[in-house]
Amino acid sequence: MPDFIDIARGVLLEPAGLQESDLESVLDQLLSYRIDAADIYFQSGRIESWVLEDGIIKEGAYNIEQGAGVRAISGEKTGFAYTDELQLPALLEAAKTARAIARAGEQRSIRISKAPSTQRLYPPINPLTSLTEQEKVDLLRRVDAEARRQDPRVKQVIVSLVAAHDVVLVANTDGTLNGDVRPLVRLSVSVIVEQGERREQGAGGGGARDAFSYLIDQDRALGFARDAVNQALVNLEAEDAPAGAMTVVLGSGWPGVLLHEAIGHGLEGDFNRKGTSAFAGRIGEKVAASGCTVVDNGTLAGRRGSLNMDDEGTPTQNTVLIEDGILKGYMQDRMNARLMGCASTGNGRRESYAHLPMPRMTNTYMLPGKYDPQEIISSVEKGLYAVNFGGGQVDITSGKFVFSASEAYLIEHGKVTRPVKGATLIGDGPEILTQVSMVGNDLQLDQGVGVCGKEGQSLPVGVGQPTLRIDELTVGGTNT
Amino acid sequence: MSNRKEMMEREARLEQLVSELLAEAKKQGASAAEAGVSSDTGLSLTVRMGDVETIEHTRDNGLGITVYFGQSKGSASTSDLTPQAVRDSVKAACNIAKYTTEDSCSGLADAELMAKELPDLDLYHPWDIDVDAAIELGKVCEDAARSLDDRIVNSEGASLNTHAGLHVYGNSHGFVGGYPTSRHSLSCAVISQQAEAMQRDYWYTVGRAATDLELAESVGKKAAGRALGRLGARKISTREAPVIFQSDVATSLLRSFTGAIRGAALYRKSSFLLDHLDKKVFPDFVHIHENPRQLKGLGSAAFDGEGVATKAKDLVRDGMLKSYILGSYSARKLGMQTTGNAGGVRNLAIDPGELDLGALLKKMDRGLLVTEMMGHGVNMVTGDYSRGASGFWVEQGEIQYPVEEITIAGNLKQMFQQLLAVGCDEECRGNIRTGSWLIENMTIAGS
Repeated sequence: MPDFIDIARGVLLEPAGLQESDLESVLDQLLSYRIDAADIYFQSGRIESWVLEDGIIKEGAYNIEQGAGVRAISGEKTGFAYTDELQLPALLEAAKTARAIARAGEQRSIRISKAPSTQRLYPPINPLTSLTEQEKVDLLRRVDAEARRQDPRVKQVIVSLVAAHDVVLVANTDGTLNGDVRPLVRLSVSVIVEQGERREQGAGGGGARDAFSYLIDQDRALGFARDAVNQALVNLEAEDAPAGAMTVVLGSGWPGVLLHEAIGHGLEGDFNRKGTSAFAGRIGEKVAASGCTVVDNGTLAGRRGSLNMDDEGTPTQNTVLIEDGILKGYMQDRMNARLMGCASTGNGRRESYAHLPMPRMTNTYMLPGKYDPQEIISSVEKGLYAVNFGGGQVDITSGKFVFSASEAYLIEHGKVTRPVKGATLIGDGPEILTQVSMVGNDLQLDQGVGVCGKEGQSLPVGVGQPTLRIDELTVGGTNT
Repeated sequence: MSNRKEMMEREARLEQLVSELLAEAKKQGASAAEAGVSSDTGLSLTVRMGDVETIEHTRDNGLGITVYFGQSKGSASTSDLTPQAVRDSVKAACNIAKYTTEDSCSGLADAELMAKELPDLDLYHPWDIDVDAAIELGKVCEDAARSLDDRIVNSEGASLNTHAGLHVYGNSHGFVGGYPTSRHSLSCAVISQQAEAMQRDYWYTVGRAATDLELAESVGKKAAGRALGRLGARKISTREAPVIFQSDVATSLLRSFTGAIRGAALYRKSSFLLDHLDKKVFPDFVHIHENPRQLKGLGSAAFDGEGVATKAKDLVRDGMLKSYILGSYSARKLGMQTTGNAGGVRNLAIDPGELDLGALLKKMDRGLLVTEMMGHGVNMVTGDYSRGASGFWVEQGEIQYPVEEITIAGNLKQMFQQLLAVGCDEECRGNIRTGSWLIENMTIAGS
């Protein structure tokens, strides 16, 4: 297989007739000002999506995103400009604009060389062409049929199939040139079920950094359809959710969105450098119960949140955030790492060439503990068992966070009994994990649909956890 | 892009590009097509702790095309406007259309509905501000916040954004229309601290013209005042109580309302307001209307996303739902006529009442004033509502203390029926204008 970087060069530089010497001249232009670091980020992205609705292939769309972003950093200051023209004059112009953040200095000159090839967590393929169009629409129809086959109460099925092919190249003033080829596929199913006057929804889906075959193998796509119908049917029977503080058992997998909101964002380097996070200055403190270890791991093969390198060219890594209850570290990009006197953890990510990189999560999850999930449920006299969630949000300064259950049940006398309606759960990030009294042995990662938003930038991420018992968490139902 | 003549030349170039796109689509066999092109330049900068932090120069171009082969459609878009990328986009859209299914509801909006005259809605007021002046303004704003009180201990900075751009849309009915717009904003977010607890809050101002923005000092002071107001926030016990949604968060209730009367939600039967046309959704005193051609409005446009003329209309009159929000596709699915809302609502407003916020608090007497909400716990199919909240506990019509880490829950359909009053303290900054809402009863979950 060819190197990622050679593929990236072929896609991004060669068609524009750009040589490495051209990149050097852009970097030299940046370095003639008093800056600490600068980079050029080239990106060529293609996204294709298909939607089935009412049993027909309703629409399809193809998107091209291509351009280069030039960033110059001086101390805590950043200058940024970008262009959708991959041509030397446009790049030089962007460099001139970006470097204006600093004052003119002495002329310096840089020689770039290929960064040592790093990890291969996914194949350097174009997933858009990994199935024919006919095969893609057939897949959508099979998923639709599978959902409708489950139950006559299924009235509406929407299936969407998305593939993205992103090729990126980063040239940095430290002299490195690094590239990545990033496939991503995702299938989502949403259904409406109807019984008498009552209607409810359910959703399922999954994906990976892989070819479409990922969705077809092991009939995964059909499984997502069954998940969606199952969730909707459960919700048809759901009663009002309870309101107030109670014991909550979170299922394994996607409920790990808890960790993303409660812990993850607050441990991103930028907020901690600036002291705006509720976790700032708390390294070494106990922020979780013993037995809780949380990591952010960008190196899992094929995972939605994984990357061979981050968007600054740094290889991703497995970063321990909390180890046996003790806060160990933050997630860093290069700028914040430099300002905090540590090394980047490979978490510098950006939505596109037109956005600035920031410390962002990859796959964030808690390592398994010793309890059987059934044992955890049995331990609860009265509480909530939440197995599926929509999104969440956090105020990193006060530490308060929410995440909204979309499938939940009551636990009564150690048994899962009746389903209850979705409700928002609210808690305090630095405090919540001290309430974890049992960690299951059933670590699961989510199915691969997560999207994280920060300062207007959206990125694919992963979450995961084993079944967890949280002794007290506020549940926002209506039943007092 | 500050010069008006240059802008007109650019508009002509984008119109040319749209007609080339439509011609290319026809050449590749499409029976109908529509295309939109936009071009936007801007400056975004942040000042933090008294010094410039980031300066971003933005320049965004985009093009989107939808082709129809009979009643099968395909779409493509690109940020790369080179001739090759443009041709590739049309080709990709045409290829997709081979595999989508014939859909009798699909197609352009009807030709006779196209906007005939395109009045100037006064949306273009570029701000000729240089980087140094912009930094200065950011500093003034942040300084006003940081110097207000010793308990303002940290800052996320003040950000100034200024954008000017052009949007042109055309379709194979022969419609082509475009208009330049500008949008400027100044925001500030600061952090207050008391003992160990930190609180963050922000304020912002936004407008089509720089002269319509709130003064920088005022934005900073309000941000700081809000951050200070949250200090000492506590959790309250679980209870039922009336709730006031302060005007800036009440906008989200109107957004949920419009989300429920959107065509796509209706034909998919995924709305809690299904089949509610001409039925009572709110109490008698409620009137909600859309004014898409409001001069200088942040949502204003003379034509919608399909070229259909926009027009002012009532969505709710005397509490009764009078109109859905439809584009031509959802209208055909529902056997109705488009309401000129392809792309959403434009300048939505609910008639203000007579009480200001203080009088609303008196009217409520005892309950919760919500000033911020978190999360997305709104089920649009059932109307079930459960969101994180913070704000103030109110007794005898007076604010007692700030509260946080609670949820508020109910059902939107009931919440709309239980709307007791809308304040005259209108939030006017965005696409949605409303006063604060007093709702009779909700469940508050806390400790």
